[in-house]
Amino acid sequence: MSNRKIRVLVAKPGLDGHDRGAKVIARALRDAGMEVIYTGLRQTPEMIATAALQEDVDAVGVSILSGAHNTLCPRIVQLLREKGLNNCLVLVGGIVPQEDLPKLKQQGVSEIFLPGTSTEDIVKFLQENVKPRE
Amino acid sequence: MPETKEHPSNAEEAVERWENETLDPALTKRPERKKNFQTVSLEEVARLYTPADTETINFTNDISFPGAFPYTRGIHPTGYRGKLWTMRQFAGFSTPEETNARFKYLLEQGQNGLSVAYDLPTLMGYDADALLAEGEVGKCGVAVSSLADMEVLFDDIPLEQVTVSQTINAPASVLLAMYLVVADKQGADWAKISGTLQNDILKEYIAQKEWIYPIRPAMKLVVDTFEFCTDRVPRYNPVSVSGYHIREAGATAAQELAFTLRDGIEYVSWGVEAGLDVDRFVPRMSFFFNAHNDFFEEIAKYRAARRIWAREMKSRFGSHFERTLQLRFHTQTAGVSLTVQQPLNNIVRVAIQALAGVLGGTQSLHTDAYDEALALPTDRAALIALRTQQIIAEETGVVNTVDPLGGSYYLESLTEKMEQEALDYFRKIDAMGGMVAAIEKGFPQREIQDSAYHYQKAVERGDQVIVGVNKYAMEDEPTDVPILVIDETVRTHQVERLEETRSRRDSGAVANALEKLKLTAKNNENTMPATIDAVRAYATLGEICSALRDVYGIYEEPAF
Repeated sequence: MSNRKIRVLVAKPGLDGHDRGAKVIARALRDAGMEVIYTGLRQTPEMIATAALQEDVDAVGVSILSGAHNTLCPRIVQLLREKGLNNCLVLVGGIVPQEDLPKLKQQGVSEIFLPGTSTEDIVKFLQENVKPRE
Repeated sequence: MPETKEHPSNAEEAVERWENETLDPALTKRPERKKNFQTVSLEEVARLYTPADTETINFTNDISFPGAFPYTRGIHPTGYRGKLWTMRQFAGFSTPEETNARFKYLLEQGQNGLSVAYDLPTLMGYDADALLAEGEVGKCGVAVSSLADMEVLFDDIPLEQVTVSQTINAPASVLLAMYLVVADKQGADWAKISGTLQNDILKEYIAQKEWIYPIRPAMKLVVDTFEFCTDRVPRYNPVSVSGYHIREAGATAAQELAFTLRDGIEYVSWGVEAGLDVDRFVPRMSFFFNAHNDFFEEIAKYRAARRIWAREMKSRFGSHFERTLQLRFHTQTAGVSLTVQQPLNNIVRVAIQALAGVLGGTQSLHTDAYDEALALPTDRAALIALRTQQIIAEETGVVNTVDPLGGSYYLESLTEKMEQEALDYFRKIDAMGGMVAAIEKGFPQREIQDSAYHYQKAVERGDQVIVGVNKYAMEDEPTDVPILVIDETVRTHQVERLEETRSRRDSGAVANALEKLKLTAKNNENTMPATIDAVRAYATLGEICSALRDVYGIYEEPAF
């Protein structure tokens, strides 16, 4: 694996403004030596996928607390794949009911982190799952 | 009676003697469990509080009597012996029909005030059929796009008798207008209706982040509602200055206190600047605080809030009018403290937090439902939350005497410390040119982000224990808590009513009303009358906000 730092786009889709989690994660990933780009609030799936392409990221971390995950997450995955970002991981953090977890994973979400997750677990997940670049 | 051993008159000397003679040997035998004992705000707590810690606190000036300046012990001389707090459960989900039914259910169960939660599109000023509203209609609250929805929401609920609190901020003036028109149609007298509009735009830029327009025009809209309500709806509270969301975003208790009260001062300054009389509008300003886990820190926060507000209204604005000096507040238990893990534990957390609110002298209270870390509350969970308040009121006896914890060395010392921390922040914010300027610089936002990060780190180190999460976690915990699911048919239903409303209204009248509103905004006149006219013509929330966006522009958050 090259020395390239892991690059992560932290994104807040939807109308929800609760960005405490997104900002804490962004800072924790930076502290762990990753390069983090935070999109800011109210990004459409299209804006997120475009930013992921432009920033050439290894993973997109999506923070959703509003209940709109079933609408937004599959769209983000689909748009990333359409743009050829086949290895880009999609991580979801926030309030997601247990019963929605299998469906989201089936739709291509790499992992869902529920409230109470340690930032260290997220760092570890990224380190273990980001595909090495050529 | 035998002579007791004479105590040194100096409290510090007595403490020193106790430390040498009693404490030190005990510590040698059994050291304490840990080196530092901290509040949930990561503030150090001393081993013991004694008269030495309260020597600088003067009973008459600083503590005094309930109903007397500086109101540390409460604004009512009889506390809850005269009137209990208002049990006001925040509710709203799905369609206006569904929420209307929940409201009626809560009133039947003994709740005495209503509190409306709107969904995200409504909070952001979008109609249910807006592109950005997809997936969000009716999810976090009730969907309201026009007067037609508001009529259903309050169907058969007499607005002259029931007080209603509305959690709405960026488009608050529009929702207030809808509410007033519904009241009108019910035949209610505006002079008699009471209730509260959250309308606290400053904390949106600081913490909650549901904004539309840039800060300064948004402040102008808030002042418009002050002016309008003072004249026309005199028993209505046009703002609820909110620390709740500031705390939820990660602030410490002292930051919540400081930023909220400084926001309050900012609103008063803007009102005065606009020519309003302090003693006519400030008495109708109300506050809204969080009730978090650290019991004493929270009680101290509420007591300090009253004292600071009374002193600041006197010193900054020269008021001597009792009702201007008295800070009234609503409390909600801390949503952020609820855990997805072992969710029934949340019932206990909520009860203790609610008790802190009551011991702090709150005027009204919302207790969170135990399933709120999972989804919006089910009927059953909402009922237990209400019953929790009723148990505190009817069974615990804490309501029998006023400010029962007043005089506690720890609590008085903590109250004093909170006040000093808030005043330190006031000095910094004043030096920046006030709260609007401080927000434009990103100051409170950064302070809160730092605290949120430090708290998360403390949890991960295990310094802050969350039962069921980083201690006493269970591998195979039962996950059979039923949750409320809002399906996508809500949007279809809402869009249908929106289309029907658009088809049967007089579109010429709507266009005229919107043009008039724009003109009023451009000319810097009070926008409330024109907003009410637009609402009455069934202009939608989205159309009205879009008209104002054309005049004011939109807010873009700088990167902090």
